Amino acid sequence: MAEAIQSPAQATFWFVQGRVLFWLINLLGSACFAYIVAKRLTPLMRGQRDMRFDRPLMRLGRLLKFWFGQWRHPRYLAAGIIHILLFSGFIVLVMHTFALLAMGTSGRHAAAAAAGGLYGAISDYAATVVFLCMIVAIVRRLLKPARYAVPAKYGKAHTADAIFLLALIAVLMAADSVFEASHAVAVRESLPVISLAWMLEGALAAAPLAVLSNLYLGAYLVHELSFFFLLCYRPFGIQFHVETSLFSVYFAKLDRGTVKPVRWGVPDGQLDQVQSFGVKTFEDFTWKHMLDFYSCADCGRCSDQCPANAVGRPLSPRFLTIKAREYAFEHYPVWGRAHNGHPSQPLIGGIYSEDEIWSCTTCGACEAECPLLIEYIDKIVDLRRGMVEDGQVPQSLQKPLKALESRGNPFGKMEKKKADWVKAKDFQQTCNVRILNGEHNTETLYFVDSITSYDDRIQAIGRATASILDRSGENFGILGAVEKDSGHDVRRFGEETLFMALREHNTEAIKASGVQRIVTSDPHAYNALKHDYKDVPPVEHISEVIARKVHAGDIQLKPLPDGKEGGRDVYTYHDPCYLGRHNGIYDAPREVLDAIPGLQRVEMPRSRDRSFCCGGGGLALFYEPKEDQRMGVKRVQMAAEAGANVIVTACPFCMVNMEDAIKVAGMEGKMTAIDLTELVEKQMR
Amino acid sequence: MEILVCTRRVPDTSENEIEMNGAGNDIERDDLVYSVNEADNYAVEEALEIVERTGGIVTVVTVGGEDDEEILRREMAMGAKNGVLLSDDAFSGADGKGIATILAAFVKKGHYDLILTGVQAEDGAAQVGGMLAAMLDYPFASLVNSIEVAPGKLKIAREIEGGNKEINEIDLPCVLSIQTGINEPRYVGMRGIRQVASVPIPTFGAVELGLNGNAGAAGAKVRRVDYFTAPEGKGAEMLEGSTEAIVDSLIELLKAKGGLN
Repeated sequence: MAEAIQSPAQATFWFVQGRVLFWLINLLGSACFAYIVAKRLTPLMRGQRDMRFDRPLMRLGRLLKFWFGQWRHPRYLAAGIIHILLFSGFIVLVMHTFALLAMGTSGRHAAAAAAGGLYGAISDYAATVVFLCMIVAIVRRLLKPARYAVPAKYGKAHTADAIFLLALIAVLMAADSVFEASHAVAVRESLPVISLAWMLEGALAAAPLAVLSNLYLGAYLVHELSFFFLLCYRPFGIQFHVETSLFSVYFAKLDRGTVKPVRWGVPDGQLDQVQSFGVKTFEDFTWKHMLDFYSCADCGRCSDQCPANAVGRPLSPRFLTIKAREYAFEHYPVWGRAHNGHPSQPLIGGIYSEDEIWSCTTCGACEAECPLLIEYIDKIVDLRRGMVEDGQVPQSLQKPLKALESRGNPFGKMEKKKADWVKAKDFQQTCNVRILNGEHNTETLYFVDSITSYDDRIQAIGRATASILDRSGENFGILGAVEKDSGHDVRRFGEETLFMALREHNTEAIKASGVQRIVTSDPHAYNALKHDYKDVPPVEHISEVIARKVHAGDIQLKPLPDGKEGGRDVYTYHDPCYLGRHNGIYDAPREVLDAIPGLQRVEMPRSRDRSFCCGGGGLALFYEPKEDQRMGVKRVQMAAEAGANVIVTACPFCMVNMEDAIKVAGMEGKMTAIDLTELVEKQMR
Repeated sequence: MEILVCTRRVPDTSENEIEMNGAGNDIERDDLVYSVNEADNYAVEEALEIVERTGGIVTVVTVGGEDDEEILRREMAMGAKNGVLLSDDAFSGADGKGIATILAAFVKKGHYDLILTGVQAEDGAAQVGGMLAAMLDYPFASLVNSIEVAPGKLKIAREIEGGNKEINEIDLPCVLSIQTGINEPRYVGMRGIRQVASVPIPTFGAVELGLNGNAGAAGAKVRRVDYFTAPEGKGAEMLEGSTEAIVDSLIELLKAKGGLN
């Protein structure tokens, strides 16, 4: 068998012995790759600290699920299946490829080099699958889905580059198969049926030995060269994720709902000593966030889901990353010095605009979608922290921020009027809400937060919540005038110092009240108390409380009356971002709705972790974005398309945005919005 | 260029519910929150932007008491290099002319190329800037909504009828009253204010400024006599009917009241 044709190591290529040539190629290729990777790591070395080495088992588990298991890929079915196929192909071929590389220097043949008959057969099929996937992928780059398009403002599409890289992989697979096939014909071995190599074997069946030998050696050389070319070229574009994704996923953020600290490793008490807050230049990003920039595969799913992008705001998460990667490539070149020796330039006004960074509602749709778990909210918040420190805050946000500082709420309303909502005449007669002063032994605190306390419309949600708690036998009270804004969105809009002042004040007030648990009807307050506050009693959202009481029979719900003109209303539930995506509470509100006899409920296609943000809460309510359309308008249209005429939500900000949107969309009388608490309160027996 | 900006601390109208006190001679001042007068904040921003372009320093000054330091610190956190408080028991009850006298005495102690005030204080009468210029014998321009620096002079604009701009040249040193909207004032965060919390703020009294007792109530020629709330009107009249009918009756009403010719 060995005499039939020469192995690559034994053969002579242009007077050079194969063994020597392939040693050289392997060495040079590896050295080149190592050099490029070292250069790519330079900015990471200059980046900020990031604590990503904790909880290794949890990280490993997520690596298995999201990287090895390709968990999120099928969310986009066609692209997902193609990716899973070629990812599996690559995984199968790893060992095969190393064996092939080794054989150039060892002198053994392919069949012998491979681990055995079964693995050889699987490898042949894997190469075939990858080859076919590449063809499909190239076609998809030509007949591109809308989400691949690159708007002119974000730069140029890298279609040619992408196709070139895909074609190279196809060449690699073809070379592998030609290599296998020519060897198999020469030694009269049969290859696994329907594989690419098998087809080539059929085609070459009648070829003379000399031709087979040349093909065999030629294919090996092509394989060798294209392998190393790909290896060294990938770090220049989107395919770098082949190498970096493993690390990006392993080091991905574990705690959803949280915001990264201003500087990792600096306790809150020492923040005054930190020279500069947030991200102002590229080097202010953490090393992990820089790694994210490398890992982005430019698949466009984040921006496809992003509500800001959908309504024409100047923000596309995909290009947040791509622009940063291009910045890194330009300023940390493979040849030459970083920044050409110049100091680093500000990112705002450079690659990013102020409006771009303020356009995000921190809804988290992008992060829920990214197959590689790339983080966006922490980067946005860090960029905002930098802008806040430099005074670059839009006028529309300055007033509410100033009011939060002096009055503890964004509306600038007086503290002494914070509990006025409980004094509504009809309400006070049936439900007397106690203001806690620490003297009575009250078990539960209802944390109301600013909008529910002060907004005329939203106060109704406060009253419904209090009434439900009261009628279901809870011993509860409110903080009244001493409650300040939870600061949830103050933090997410980058005003960390103000947030910490609000948190400190509220933490003391909560502790002084002596309660053992907190309930809130505001998902933003819920998220803040749960993830941003420390040392406060456990917190629940009112929907969880209601669901539990419904199961236990403490709350009984009566059937719905007929809707207008005797017809039945059709309900749909809108998942608030900070209840759903950020805290995983999807089922409790739905269970409550389904417990109302006669309630007909439909799901919008964009629900649960694909819910579409209403326009944002907290300070987002004050921000005046540049946009073609309101997010809320899009959302109420989605509800209408799903066949609903009542939108149920469980967040005061969603309510404000939905009701505004219904008016703006001209759907008054055809669509109504109601909070879960309002509905339950109405239906309670 | 050395720029002085005269500022004032006023109850923030967006964060207070202004009510009359029981006696009816003042507003209810318990529970009020204060901030820097809005137009003054624009003046400070403009001064900072000029200094960023041409070099120099910005000083902010106010006439008042200890409580008023808070706005000086806010403007210092914004970027003003110095803050100065002009404070004396003898200053209390000063009218506009009194305030201008105190400020003029302070200006004469330094060398300022440019003095800015807000166009008016939210609780004031837009009189201090002009009087200050007169006392210093400096040229004065009011309602300024853009400034360009030229050697020894400024090119300034004010808005005239129909949103048009009138451009004037004014020699330095001069006094300008700054209109809101001239720029977009930068944000001042809590961290910035904390960072200037321990910077000393010099205080000058009547003696240091060489003023006799006439700056305060004793010398005031304008005295507040009373406040009154406007009597409640009849309220709104809702026009009803089709859009066309509503528009027609609106035009009739406007014509009848002289709003349309």
